[in-house]
Amino acid sequence: MAPMLEVKDLVVAYGRVRAVKGISFTIDEGQIVCLLGTNGAGKSTTLRTISGLLRPESGSILFEGEPIGGLKPHKIVAKGIAQSPEGRRIFPEMSVEDNLRLGAYSRRDSQVDDDLGKIFELFPILGERRRQRAGLFSGGEQQMLAIGRAMMSRPRLLMLDEPSMGLSPLMTTTIMRTIEQLRRDGVTILLVEQNAQAALTLADHGYVLEVGQIMYDDAGSALLDDDRIRRTYLGAA
Amino acid sequence: MFFQQLINGLSLGALYGLIAVGYTVVYGIVKLINFAHGEIFMSGAFGALTVYLLMGSPAHVSTLFGLCVMLPLMMIGGIIAAVGIALLMERLAYRPLRDAPRLAPLISAIGVSISLQEIFRLFYGRIPGFPDAHAAIRFPDVAGISGVSVRIGGVDVQMSAIFTLAALAVCTAFLWFFINRTRSGRAMIATSQDPATASLMGIDVDRVIMIAFALGAALAAVAGVAHGLRYSNIDFRMGFTAGLKAFTAAVLGGIGNINGAVVGGLVLGVVEAMATTYIPGQFGGSAWKDVWAFVILILVLVFRPQGLLGSKVVDRA
Repeated sequence: MAPMLEVKDLVVAYGRVRAVKGISFTIDEGQIVCLLGTNGAGKSTTLRTISGLLRPESGSILFEGEPIGGLKPHKIVAKGIAQSPEGRRIFPEMSVEDNLRLGAYSRRDSQVDDDLGKIFELFPILGERRRQRAGLFSGGEQQMLAIGRAMMSRPRLLMLDEPSMGLSPLMTTTIMRTIEQLRRDGVTILLVEQNAQAALTLADHGYVLEVGQIMYDDAGSALLDDDRIRRTYLGAA
Repeated sequence: MFFQQLINGLSLGALYGLIAVGYTVVYGIVKLINFAHGEIFMSGAFGALTVYLLMGSPAHVSTLFGLCVMLPLMMIGGIIAAVGIALLMERLAYRPLRDAPRLAPLISAIGVSISLQEIFRLFYGRIPGFPDAHAAIRFPDVAGISGVSVRIGGVDVQMSAIFTLAALAVCTAFLWFFINRTRSGRAMIATSQDPATASLMGIDVDRVIMIAFALGAALAAVAGVAHGLRYSNIDFRMGFTAGLKAFTAAVLGGIGNINGAVVGGLVLGVVEAMATTYIPGQFGGSAWKDVWAFVILILVLVFRPQGLLGSKVVDRA
Protein backbone atom coordinates (compact mmCIF):
# COMPACT_ATOMS: atom_id res chain seq x y z
CA MET A 1 0.00 0.00 0.00
CA ALA A 2 1.26 3.47 -0.84
CA PRO A 3 1.99 5.66 2.16
CA MET A 4 -0.48 8.38 3.12
CA LEU A 5 2.21 11.02 3.24
CA GLU A 6 5.52 10.79 1.48
CA VAL A 7 8.15 13.46 1.96
CA LYS A 8 11.11 13.11 -0.37
CA ASP A 9 14.42 15.01 -0.32
CA LEU A 10 12.69 18.05 1.14
CA VAL A 11 14.79 21.22 1.37
CA VAL A 12 13.40 24.35 3.04
CA ALA A 13 15.27 27.62 3.50
CA TYR A 14 14.65 30.92 5.27
CA GLY A 15 16.35 33.30 2.92
CA ARG A 16 19.75 31.73 2.39
CA VAL A 17 19.73 29.66 5.55
CA ARG A 18 18.66 26.08 5.03
CA ALA A 19 16.59 24.84 7.96
CA VAL A 20 15.71 21.49 6.38
CA LYS A 21 18.44 19.92 4.27
CA GLY A 22 16.92 17.12 2.25
CA ILE A 23 14.82 14.90 4.48
CA SER A 24 12.68 11.94 3.45
CA PHE A 25 10.10 10.06 5.47
CA THR A 26 6.74 8.38 5.06
CA ILE A 27 3.59 7.95 7.11
CA ASP A 28 1.18 5.08 6.56
CA GLU A 29 -2.52 5.46 7.13
CA GLY A 30 -3.48 4.89 10.77
CA GLN A 31 0.05 5.39 12.10
CA ILE A 32 1.41 7.76 14.69
CA VAL A 33 4.75 8.99 13.43
CA CYS A 34 6.99 11.16 15.54
CA LEU A 35 9.67 13.66 14.58
CA LEU A 36 12.17 14.08 17.39
CA GLY A 37 14.92 16.61 17.74
CA THR A 38 16.24 19.55 19.68
CA ASN A 39 15.44 23.21 19.03
CA GLY A 40 16.44 24.24 15.54
CA ALA A 41 16.50 20.69 14.19
CA GLY A 42 13.90 21.62 11.56
CA LYS A 43 10.84 19.85 12.98
CA SER A 44 8.49 22.82 12.96
CA THR A 45 9.84 23.96 9.62
CA THR A 46 8.92 20.57 8.19
CA LEU A 47 5.35 20.79 9.52
CA ARG A 48 4.97 24.38 8.35
CA THR A 49 6.09 23.35 4.87
CA ILE A 50 3.67 20.43 4.70
CA SER A 51 0.92 22.86 5.77
CA GLY A 52 1.89 25.29 3.01
CA LEU A 53 3.04 28.12 5.29
CA LEU A 54 6.52 27.75 3.81
CA ARG A 55 7.45 26.84 0.25
CA PRO A 56 9.90 24.02 -0.30
CA GLU A 57 13.09 24.95 -2.10
CA SER A 58 13.25 21.48 -3.59
CA GLY A 59 11.99 17.98 -2.99
CA SER A 60 8.44 16.69 -3.04
CA ILE A 61 5.53 16.17 -0.69
CA LEU A 62 2.90 13.64 -1.74
CA PHE A 63 -0.37 13.30 0.14
CA GLU A 64 -2.42 10.27 -0.87
CA GLY A 65 -0.33 10.10 -4.01
CA GLU A 66 -0.91 13.72 -5.00
CA PRO A 67 1.84 16.38 -4.95
CA ILE A 68 0.95 19.15 -2.48
CA GLY A 69 4.32 20.94 -2.09
CA GLY A 70 3.92 24.70 -2.55
CA LEU A 71 0.12 24.76 -2.46
CA LYS A 72 -1.45 27.53 -0.38
CA PRO A 73 -2.38 26.57 3.20
CA HIS A 74 -6.16 26.72 2.70
CA LYS A 75 -5.90 24.30 -0.22
CA ILE A 76 -3.95 21.87 1.94
CA VAL A 77 -6.53 22.04 4.72
CA ALA A 78 -9.18 21.25 2.12
CA LYS A 79 -7.21 18.16 1.07
CA GLY A 80 -7.46 16.75 4.61
CA ILE A 81 -4.35 17.87 6.50
CA ALA A 82 -4.76 19.92 9.67
CA GLN A 83 -2.13 21.34 12.00
CA SER A 84 -2.20 22.29 15.64
CA PRO A 85 0.67 24.78 15.56
CA GLU A 86 3.51 25.28 17.98
CA GLY A 87 2.50 27.52 20.85
CA ARG A 88 -1.15 26.52 20.22
CA ARG A 89 -2.00 29.86 18.57
CA ILE A 90 -5.64 29.88 19.62
CA PHE A 91 -7.59 33.10 18.98
CA PRO A 92 -7.55 34.53 22.51
CA GLU A 93 -10.27 37.16 21.97
CA MET A 94 -12.74 34.62 20.62
CA SER A 95 -14.88 32.18 22.56
CA VAL A 96 -14.07 28.48 22.67
CA GLU A 97 -16.94 27.75 20.33
CA ASP A 98 -15.89 30.43 17.82
CA ASN A 99 -12.37 29.01 17.82
CA LEU A 100 -13.72 25.54 17.09
CA ARG A 101 -16.06 26.81 14.39
CA LEU A 102 -13.15 28.56 12.70
CA GLY A 103 -11.46 25.16 12.54
CA ALA A 104 -14.38 24.05 10.39
CA TYR A 105 -14.06 27.08 8.11
CA SER A 106 -13.13 24.99 5.07
CA ARG A 107 -16.23 22.82 5.39
CA ARG A 108 -19.58 23.54 3.83
CA ASP A 109 -21.48 20.48 5.06
CA SER A 110 -24.18 20.45 7.70
CA GLN A 111 -22.45 18.23 10.24
CA VAL A 112 -20.33 20.90 11.90
CA ASP A 113 -22.65 20.98 14.93
CA ASP A 114 -22.35 17.20 15.33
CA ASP A 115 -18.58 17.43 15.23
CA LEU A 116 -18.67 20.24 17.77
CA GLY A 117 -20.52 17.81 20.05
CA LYS A 118 -17.83 15.19 19.47
CA ILE A 119 -15.07 17.61 20.47
CA PHE A 120 -16.99 18.43 23.65
CA GLU A 121 -17.23 14.69 24.36
CA LEU A 122 -13.49 14.34 23.85
CA PHE A 123 -12.75 17.41 26.00
CA PRO A 124 -15.67 17.97 28.40
CA ILE A 125 -14.02 21.07 29.88
CA LEU A 126 -14.32 22.81 26.51
CA GLY A 127 -18.04 22.07 26.43
CA GLU A 128 -18.57 23.45 29.91
CA ARG A 129 -16.78 26.66 28.99
CA ARG A 130 -17.78 26.99 25.36
CA ARG A 131 -18.86 30.62 25.64
CA GLN A 132 -15.79 31.82 27.52
CA ARG A 133 -12.93 33.72 25.96
CA ALA A 134 -10.24 31.24 25.01
CA GLY A 135 -7.45 33.56 26.18
CA LEU A 136 -8.49 32.99 29.81
CA PHE A 137 -7.70 29.28 29.61
CA SER A 138 -4.73 27.41 31.07
CA GLY A 139 -2.02 26.07 28.78
CA GLY A 140 -3.43 22.54 28.88
CA GLU A 141 -6.95 23.70 28.08
CA GLN A 142 -5.63 25.83 25.24
CA GLN A 143 -3.82 22.78 23.89
CA MET A 144 -7.06 20.81 24.01
CA LEU A 145 -8.73 23.65 22.14
CA ALA A 146 -5.97 23.76 19.53
CA ILE A 147 -6.28 20.01 18.92
CA GLY A 148 -10.09 20.21 18.87
CA ARG A 149 -9.93 23.13 16.46
CA ALA A 150 -7.66 21.19 14.11
CA MET A 151 -10.02 18.19 14.30
CA MET A 152 -12.96 20.36 13.27
CA SER A 153 -11.75 20.32 9.66
CA ARG A 154 -12.17 16.50 9.70
CA PRO A 155 -8.56 15.87 8.76
CA ARG A 156 -7.28 12.48 7.66
CA LEU A 157 -3.79 13.58 8.70
CA LEU A 158 -3.41 15.56 11.92
CA MET A 159 -0.08 17.26 12.60
CA LEU A 160 0.66 18.29 16.17
CA ASP A 161 3.57 20.62 16.89
CA GLU A 162 4.87 20.22 20.46
CA PRO A 163 1.51 19.53 22.11
CA SER A 164 3.15 18.92 25.50
CA MET A 165 5.13 22.17 25.55
CA GLY A 166 4.79 23.94 28.88
CA LEU A 167 2.33 21.44 30.28
CA SER A 168 2.43 19.61 33.61
CA PRO A 169 3.25 15.87 33.51
CA LEU A 170 -0.38 15.10 34.35
CA MET A 171 -1.69 17.29 31.54
CA THR A 172 0.89 15.82 29.17
CA THR A 173 -0.47 12.36 29.94
CA THR A 174 -4.02 13.55 29.24
CA ILE A 175 -3.01 15.02 25.89
CA MET A 176 -1.08 11.87 24.91
CA ARG A 177 -4.10 9.70 25.78
CA THR A 178 -6.22 11.92 23.57
CA ILE A 179 -3.80 11.48 20.69
CA GLU A 180 -4.07 7.71 21.09
CA GLN A 181 -7.86 8.03 21.17
CA LEU A 182 -7.83 10.05 17.93
CA ARG A 183 -5.74 7.37 16.25
CA ARG A 184 -8.25 4.72 17.33
CA ASP A 185 -10.93 6.91 15.71
CA GLY A 186 -9.05 6.58 12.43
CA VAL A 187 -6.90 9.72 12.25
CA THR A 188 -3.31 9.42 11.09
CA ILE A 189 -0.97 11.52 13.21
CA LEU A 190 2.34 13.27 12.68
CA LEU A 191 3.69 14.31 16.05
CA VAL A 192 6.55 16.72 16.69
CA GLU A 193 7.86 16.54 20.22
CA GLN A 194 10.76 17.32 22.50
CA ASN A 195 9.28 15.07 25.15
CA ALA A 196 10.77 11.90 23.67
CA GLN A 197 9.54 9.57 26.41
CA ALA A 198 5.89 10.55 25.96
CA ALA A 199 6.06 10.67 22.18
CA LEU A 200 7.91 7.41 21.60
CA THR A 201 5.58 5.50 23.92
CA LEU A 202 2.80 6.32 21.45
CA ALA A 203 4.60 6.36 18.15
CA ASP A 204 4.70 3.51 15.68
CA HIS A 205 7.76 5.02 14.13
CA GLY A 206 10.14 7.83 15.04
CA TYR A 207 12.58 9.94 13.04
CA VAL A 208 15.38 11.80 14.77
CA LEU A 209 16.35 15.14 13.25
CA GLU A 210 19.53 17.06 13.87
CA VAL A 211 20.27 20.39 12.19
CA GLY A 212 17.93 19.78 9.29
CA GLN A 213 18.74 16.14 8.58
CA ILE A 214 17.32 12.82 9.64
CA MET A 215 20.08 11.04 11.55
CA TYR A 216 18.30 7.74 12.14
CA ASP A 217 14.84 6.25 12.49
CA ASP A 218 13.27 3.16 13.99
CA ALA A 219 10.10 1.82 15.55
CA GLY A 220 8.96 3.89 18.54
CA SER A 221 9.57 1.14 21.08
CA ALA A 222 13.02 0.44 19.64
CA LEU A 223 14.02 4.10 19.87
CA LEU A 224 12.93 4.17 23.51
CA ASP A 225 15.68 1.63 24.19
CA ASP A 226 18.20 3.21 21.84
CA ASP A 227 21.29 4.45 23.67
CA ARG A 228 21.64 7.56 21.52
CA ILE A 229 18.07 8.58 22.33
CA ARG A 230 18.49 7.74 25.99
CA ARG A 231 21.56 9.94 26.24
CA THR A 232 20.28 12.90 24.26
CA TYR A 233 16.60 13.07 25.12
CA LEU A 234 15.88 10.98 28.17
CA GLY A 235 18.69 12.20 30.37
CA ALA A 236 20.12 8.71 30.98
CA ALA A 237 23.80 8.37 31.64
CA MET B 1 -24.29 79.39 15.35
CA PHE B 2 -23.12 76.49 17.53
CA PHE B 3 -25.73 74.09 16.19
CA GLN B 4 -24.94 75.15 12.63
CA GLN B 5 -21.24 74.45 13.19
CA LEU B 6 -22.01 71.15 14.90
CA ILE B 7 -23.96 69.93 11.85
CA ASN B 8 -21.25 71.26 9.59
CA GLY B 9 -18.57 69.50 11.61
CA LEU B 10 -20.46 66.22 11.83
CA SER B 11 -21.05 66.05 8.08
CA LEU B 12 -17.43 66.93 7.41
CA GLY B 13 -16.47 64.30 9.97
CA ALA B 14 -18.70 61.74 8.28
CA LEU B 15 -16.68 62.32 5.12
CA TYR B 16 -13.43 61.73 7.04
CA GLY B 17 -14.96 58.70 8.74
CA LEU B 18 -15.94 57.06 5.44
CA ILE B 19 -12.39 57.40 4.19
CA ALA B 20 -10.80 56.51 7.54
CA VAL B 21 -12.52 53.11 7.60
CA GLY B 22 -10.45 52.14 4.54
CA TYR B 23 -7.16 52.92 6.29
CA THR B 24 -8.18 51.03 9.37
CA VAL B 25 -9.62 47.91 7.68
CA VAL B 26 -6.53 47.46 5.53
CA TYR B 27 -4.20 48.17 8.45
CA GLY B 28 -6.12 45.69 10.60
CA ILE B 29 -5.45 42.90 8.11
CA VAL B 30 -2.05 43.59 6.54
CA LYS B 31 -0.53 46.13 9.00
CA LEU B 32 0.09 48.50 6.11
CA ILE B 33 -0.80 52.19 6.06
CA ASN B 34 -2.07 52.47 2.51
CA PHE B 35 -1.02 56.02 1.74
CA ALA B 36 -2.60 55.73 -1.70
CA HIS B 37 -6.05 55.43 -0.11
CA GLY B 38 -6.69 59.16 -0.62
CA GLU B 39 -6.31 58.56 -4.35
CA ILE B 40 -8.87 55.75 -4.14
CA PHE B 41 -11.26 58.34 -2.74
CA MET B 42 -10.36 60.64 -5.65
CA SER B 43 -10.89 57.77 -8.13
CA GLY B 44 -14.35 57.27 -6.66
CA ALA B 45 -15.28 60.88 -7.35
CA PHE B 46 -13.92 60.66 -10.91
CA GLY B 47 -15.73 57.35 -11.45
CA ALA B 48 -19.03 59.00 -10.49
CA LEU B 49 -18.30 61.95 -12.79
CA THR B 50 -17.50 59.51 -15.60
CA VAL B 51 -20.89 57.83 -15.28
CA TYR B 52 -22.53 61.25 -15.42
CA LEU B 53 -20.63 62.11 -18.59
CA LEU B 54 -21.44 58.73 -20.15
CA MET B 55 -25.11 59.37 -19.40
CA GLY B 56 -24.78 62.45 -21.61
CA SER B 57 -24.54 65.00 -18.80
CA PRO B 58 -28.27 65.15 -18.09
CA ALA B 59 -29.37 68.57 -16.85
CA HIS B 60 -32.64 69.94 -15.48
CA VAL B 61 -33.88 66.53 -14.38
CA SER B 62 -36.60 65.84 -11.82
CA THR B 63 -35.78 65.22 -8.16
CA LEU B 64 -37.08 61.68 -8.54
CA PHE B 65 -34.72 60.99 -11.45
CA GLY B 66 -31.84 62.65 -9.63
CA LEU B 67 -32.21 60.68 -6.42
CA CYS B 68 -33.38 57.35 -7.80
CA VAL B 69 -31.43 57.03 -11.05
CA MET B 70 -28.57 59.49 -11.33
CA LEU B 71 -27.24 59.30 -7.80
CA PRO B 72 -27.28 55.48 -7.52
CA LEU B 73 -25.66 55.10 -10.94
CA MET B 74 -22.98 57.64 -10.12
CA MET B 75 -22.29 55.90 -6.82
CA ILE B 76 -22.03 52.52 -8.53
CA GLY B 77 -19.65 54.03 -11.11
CA GLY B 78 -17.53 55.52 -8.35
CA ILE B 79 -17.45 52.24 -6.43
CA ILE B 80 -16.49 50.22 -9.52
CA ALA B 81 -13.65 52.63 -10.33
CA ALA B 82 -12.36 52.76 -6.76
CA VAL B 83 -12.62 49.04 -6.05
CA GLY B 84 -11.08 48.15 -9.41
CA ILE B 85 -8.11 50.45 -8.87
CA ALA B 86 -7.68 49.31 -5.26
CA LEU B 87 -7.60 45.63 -6.25
CA LEU B 88 -5.15 46.32 -9.06
CA MET B 89 -2.94 48.29 -6.68
CA GLU B 90 -3.01 45.50 -4.10
CA ARG B 91 -2.08 42.91 -6.70
CA LEU B 92 0.67 44.89 -8.41
CA ALA B 93 2.16 47.11 -5.72
CA TYR B 94 1.57 45.43 -2.35
CA ARG B 95 1.23 41.67 -2.76
CA PRO B 96 4.72 41.21 -4.23
CA LEU B 97 6.05 43.03 -1.14
CA ARG B 98 4.00 41.06 1.41
CA ASP B 99 7.06 39.53 3.06
CA ALA B 100 9.38 42.49 2.52
CA PRO B 101 10.43 44.84 5.35
CA ARG B 102 7.58 47.16 6.30
CA LEU B 103 9.22 50.23 4.81
CA ALA B 104 9.04 48.76 1.29
CA PRO B 105 5.24 48.66 0.88
CA LEU B 106 5.03 52.08 2.52
CA ILE B 107 7.28 53.56 -0.14
CA SER B 108 5.36 51.62 -2.77
CA ALA B 109 2.15 53.20 -1.43
CA ILE B 110 3.55 56.70 -1.83
CA GLY B 111 4.57 55.80 -5.37
CA VAL B 112 1.09 54.50 -6.17
CA SER B 113 -0.38 57.69 -4.71
CA ILE B 114 1.68 59.96 -6.97
CA SER B 115 1.13 57.71 -10.00
CA LEU B 116 -2.64 57.75 -9.61
CA GLN B 117 -2.71 61.54 -9.26
CA GLU B 118 -0.64 61.93 -12.40
CA ILE B 119 -2.66 59.38 -14.37
CA PHE B 120 -5.87 61.31 -13.68
CA ARG B 121 -4.23 64.68 -14.27
CA LEU B 122 -2.66 63.70 -17.58
CA PHE B 123 -5.10 61.28 -19.11
CA TYR B 124 -8.64 62.00 -17.92
CA GLY B 125 -9.10 64.95 -20.28
CA ARG B 126 -7.72 62.98 -23.23
CA ILE B 127 -10.88 60.89 -23.34
CA PRO B 128 -13.12 62.51 -26.00
CA GLY B 129 -15.83 64.62 -24.41
CA PHE B 130 -14.24 64.55 -20.96
CA PRO B 131 -13.08 67.74 -19.21
CA ASP B 132 -9.43 68.52 -18.74
CA ALA B 133 -8.32 67.45 -15.27
CA HIS B 134 -5.32 69.73 -14.79
CA ALA B 135 -7.40 71.98 -12.56
CA ALA B 136 -10.60 71.60 -10.59
CA ILE B 137 -13.55 70.08 -12.46
CA ARG B 138 -17.12 70.95 -11.72
CA PHE B 139 -18.91 67.99 -10.13
CA PRO B 140 -22.42 67.43 -11.51
CA ASP B 141 -25.42 68.72 -9.58
CA VAL B 142 -27.78 66.01 -8.46
CA ALA B 143 -31.38 67.16 -8.40
CA GLY B 144 -32.77 66.89 -4.89
CA ILE B 145 -29.39 67.28 -3.18
CA SER B 146 -27.28 70.00 -4.78
CA GLY B 147 -28.21 73.45 -3.56
CA VAL B 148 -31.12 72.13 -1.51
CA SER B 149 -31.35 72.59 2.21
CA VAL B 150 -33.89 71.78 4.87
CA ARG B 151 -34.58 73.69 8.07
CA ILE B 152 -33.94 71.62 11.18
CA GLY B 153 -34.13 73.16 14.66
CA GLY B 154 -33.77 76.70 13.35
CA VAL B 155 -30.76 76.13 11.11
CA ASP B 156 -30.47 75.39 7.43
CA VAL B 157 -28.92 72.01 6.79
CA GLN B 158 -27.58 71.27 3.33
CA MET B 159 -28.96 68.09 1.77
CA SER B 160 -25.37 67.14 0.89
CA ALA B 161 -24.57 67.09 4.62
CA ILE B 162 -27.57 64.87 5.31
CA PHE B 163 -26.50 62.62 2.44
CA THR B 164 -23.01 62.27 3.89
CA LEU B 165 -24.26 61.45 7.38
CA ALA B 166 -26.81 58.98 6.02
CA ALA B 167 -24.14 57.36 3.86
CA LEU B 168 -21.89 56.94 6.90
CA ALA B 169 -24.74 55.39 8.89
CA VAL B 170 -25.68 52.95 6.11
CA CYS B 171 -22.07 52.01 5.36
CA THR B 172 -21.25 51.46 9.02
CA ALA B 173 -24.32 49.26 9.51
CA PHE B 174 -23.44 47.27 6.39
CA LEU B 175 -19.87 46.85 7.52
CA TRP B 176 -20.93 45.75 10.99
CA PHE B 177 -23.21 43.13 9.48
CA PHE B 178 -20.57 41.96 7.03
CA ILE B 179 -17.88 41.54 9.63
CA ASN B 180 -19.96 40.06 12.43
CA ARG B 181 -22.52 38.00 10.58
CA THR B 182 -20.89 36.56 7.46
CA ARG B 183 -18.38 33.82 6.78
CA SER B 184 -16.01 36.23 5.06
CA GLY B 185 -16.33 38.56 8.05
CA ARG B 186 -15.26 35.82 10.44
CA ALA B 187 -12.33 35.13 8.16
CA MET B 188 -11.39 38.83 8.33
CA ILE B 189 -11.46 38.88 12.13
CA ALA B 190 -9.33 35.74 12.34
CA THR B 191 -6.85 37.05 9.75
CA SER B 192 -6.48 40.38 11.54
CA GLN B 193 -5.61 38.55 14.77
CA ASP B 194 -3.20 35.93 13.36
CA PRO B 195 -2.83 35.54 9.58
CA ALA B 196 -0.69 32.38 9.65
CA THR B 197 -3.03 30.54 11.98
CA ALA B 198 -6.04 31.80 10.04
CA SER B 199 -4.62 30.18 6.93
CA LEU B 200 -4.23 26.90 8.86
CA MET B 201 -7.99 27.11 9.49
CA GLY B 202 -8.53 26.92 5.74
CA ILE B 203 -8.94 30.67 5.24
CA ASP B 204 -7.64 32.04 1.94
CA VAL B 205 -5.70 34.99 3.32
CA ASP B 206 -5.10 36.55 -0.12
CA ARG B 207 -8.83 36.66 -0.65
CA VAL B 208 -9.42 38.25 2.77
CA ILE B 209 -6.87 40.94 1.96
CA MET B 210 -8.62 41.67 -1.34
CA ILE B 211 -11.94 41.95 0.48
CA ALA B 212 -10.40 44.42 2.93
CA PHE B 213 -9.09 46.60 0.11
CA ALA B 214 -12.40 46.38 -1.74
CA LEU B 215 -14.48 47.33 1.31
CA GLY B 216 -12.27 50.31 2.11
CA ALA B 217 -12.36 51.42 -1.52
CA ALA B 218 -16.15 51.17 -1.74
CA LEU B 219 -16.58 53.42 1.30
CA ALA B 220 -13.97 55.85 -0.03
CA ALA B 221 -15.89 56.02 -3.32
CA VAL B 222 -19.08 56.91 -1.45
CA ALA B 223 -17.05 59.61 0.31
CA GLY B 224 -15.78 60.80 -3.08
CA VAL B 225 -19.35 61.31 -4.29
CA ALA B 226 -20.27 63.02 -1.01
CA HIS B 227 -17.25 65.30 -1.38
CA GLY B 228 -18.28 66.22 -4.93
CA LEU B 229 -21.82 67.03 -3.83
CA ARG B 230 -20.60 69.06 -0.85
CA TYR B 231 -18.01 71.20 -2.63
CA SER B 232 -19.33 70.95 -6.24
CA ASN B 233 -15.74 70.53 -7.40
CA ILE B 234 -13.30 67.68 -7.65
CA ASP B 235 -9.68 67.60 -8.72
CA PHE B 236 -6.81 65.14 -8.98
CA ARG B 237 -5.23 66.42 -5.74
CA MET B 238 -8.35 66.09 -3.60
CA GLY B 239 -7.16 62.82 -2.09
CA PHE B 240 -4.05 64.28 -0.55
CA THR B 241 -5.45 66.50 2.20
CA ALA B 242 -8.61 64.46 2.67
CA GLY B 243 -6.53 61.30 2.86
CA LEU B 244 -4.17 62.71 5.48
CA LYS B 245 -7.07 63.96 7.57
CA ALA B 246 -8.86 60.64 7.33
CA PHE B 247 -5.62 58.93 8.33
CA THR B 248 -5.54 61.28 11.34
CA ALA B 249 -9.12 60.25 12.11
CA ALA B 250 -8.16 56.58 11.94
CA VAL B 251 -5.23 57.11 14.31
CA LEU B 252 -7.38 59.26 16.58
CA GLY B 253 -9.96 56.49 16.87
CA GLY B 254 -7.34 53.75 17.20
CA ILE B 255 -5.87 52.33 14.00
CA GLY B 256 -7.33 48.91 13.19
CA ASN B 257 -10.58 49.69 15.02
CA ILE B 258 -13.51 50.29 12.65
CA ASN B 259 -15.76 51.98 15.22
CA GLY B 260 -12.75 54.08 16.13
CA ALA B 261 -12.38 55.29 12.55
CA VAL B 262 -16.00 56.46 12.50
CA VAL B 263 -15.77 58.15 15.90
CA GLY B 264 -12.36 59.61 15.08
CA GLY B 265 -13.71 61.05 11.84
CA LEU B 266 -16.70 62.67 13.52
CA VAL B 267 -14.58 64.10 16.35
CA LEU B 268 -12.04 65.47 13.89
CA GLY B 269 -14.75 67.08 11.74
CA VAL B 270 -16.39 68.75 14.73
CA VAL B 271 -13.05 69.96 16.13
CA GLU B 272 -12.14 71.44 12.76
CA ALA B 273 -15.49 73.21 12.40
CA MET B 274 -15.43 74.54 15.96
CA ALA B 275 -11.80 75.63 15.83
CA THR B 276 -12.27 77.66 12.68
CA THR B 277 -15.35 79.31 14.17
CA TYR B 278 -14.43 79.96 17.75
CA ILE B 279 -10.67 80.46 17.85
CA PRO B 280 -10.26 84.22 17.67
CA GLY B 281 -7.47 86.35 16.31
CA GLN B 282 -4.78 85.32 13.92
CA PHE B 283 -5.11 81.54 14.50
CA GLY B 284 -8.85 81.56 13.75
CA GLY B 285 -10.73 81.27 10.52
CA SER B 286 -10.61 78.86 7.65
CA ALA B 287 -7.01 79.67 6.75
CA TRP B 288 -5.99 77.54 9.73
CA LYS B 289 -8.55 74.76 9.31
CA ASP B 290 -6.10 72.20 7.98
CA VAL B 291 -3.69 72.83 10.82
CA TRP B 292 -5.98 71.59 13.58
CA ALA B 293 -6.24 68.07 12.20
CA PHE B 294 -2.49 67.66 12.39
CA VAL B 295 -2.24 69.29 15.81
CA ILE B 296 -4.66 66.58 16.94
CA LEU B 297 -2.59 63.90 15.18
CA ILE B 298 0.53 64.99 17.07
CA LEU B 299 -1.30 65.23 20.39
CA VAL B 300 -2.78 61.75 19.96
CA LEU B 301 0.54 60.23 18.97
CA VAL B 302 2.21 61.76 22.02
CA PHE B 303 -0.43 61.23 24.69
CA ARG B 304 -2.65 58.39 23.54
CA PRO B 305 -0.99 56.49 20.69
CA GLN B 306 -3.50 53.68 20.88
CA GLY B 307 -6.28 56.15 20.00
CA LEU B 308 -9.62 56.90 21.60
CA LEU B 309 -11.10 53.40 21.22
CA GLY B 310 -7.94 51.37 20.72
CA SER B 311 -6.73 49.13 23.49
CA LYS B 312 -3.11 48.96 24.44
CA VAL B 313 -1.79 45.98 22.58
CA VAL B 314 1.70 44.82 21.99
CA ASP B 315 2.43 45.00 18.31
CA ARG B 316 3.02 41.52 16.99
CA ALA B 317 6.39 41.14 15.34
